[in-house]
Amino acid sequence: MVQYTKARLDASFAALSDPTRRGVLEQLGRADASITALAEKFHMTLTGMKKHVGVLEQAGLVSTEKVGRVRTCKLGPRRLEDETAWIESYRKLWDARFDELDEVVEELKRKEKVDGRKKRE
Amino acid sequence: MDARKESEPTPMKSRTTVERKSEREIVVTRTINGPARIVFEAWTKPELFKRWWVPKSMGVSLLSCEMDVRVGGTYRLVFGHGASESMAFYGTYIEVTPHSRLVWTNEEGGDGGAVTTVTFEEQGGKTLVVLRDLYPSKEALDAAIGSTDGMPETFEQLDELVVTLCASVGGS
Repeated sequence: MVQYTKARLDASFAALSDPTRRGVLEQLGRADASITALAEKFHMTLTGMKKHVGVLEQAGLVSTEKVGRVRTCKLGPRRLEDETAWIESYRKLWDARFDELDEVVEELKRKEKVDGRKKRE
Repeated sequence: MDARKESEPTPMKSRTTVERKSEREIVVTRTINGPARIVFEAWTKPELFKRWWVPKSMGVSLLSCEMDVRVGGTYRLVFGHGASESMAFYGTYIEVTPHSRLVWTNEEGGDGGAVTTVTFEEQGGKTLVVLRDLYPSKEALDAAIGSTDGMPETFEQLDELVVTLCASVGGS
């Protein structure tokens, strides 16, 4: 399991935390739908709905398929059978995590400098 | 000479790499812009750890974070949204070498859990972090990646959660 499971669960919890996204899941539980149809149904812009679907897709809760100009969404985990895809999603998690770690370290470094200065005074 | 600017090389946009090094091992690397002593501190003090372990972009909270960072000490992280939707991850620290090395187990997944080793290597004020997840078998790593039929229990729990949530949304 380890971090990947953590990452996947994190992503899923995040995906499910939003009422619109839960609504989309419920809707897709009844029938597959295009992003356009979902946007209309939930009274939002296409861009807004694309974002929501993106979050659900990243969490593996929804999969999408583009046929012609229409992107159809359906319920169900997209199995990350492709190891490359798995590695990339794991890398993204760690990249985001390390970015935040960098910030914390930066702050501690600044604090240490200020403290050091105080001691010398 | 307090105002002296330390001559730091232009901070390159650090890159994170992930590689499957062997049948049983996944390795993550990244250079952090700070000394190992500080990176180690950020990794071992719960109040600091909880600020970065769950990236903001994930939109999930760390409900609790208990870490007793010493050999034989345990950790327990609970993620979720509110008390009713939560999931715990836990394990034991088996090696703690200040500023250079941490090793812990990941026990929430039962026998298939990996042992994680993190090393901190300081080079010119920066720290190369190398994190290795070593799984007990190729099958365990394959399962974690999701490339086999074996579905870890936690995924089943997740699926149940999704079903429950969908049902409750449907019923409202």
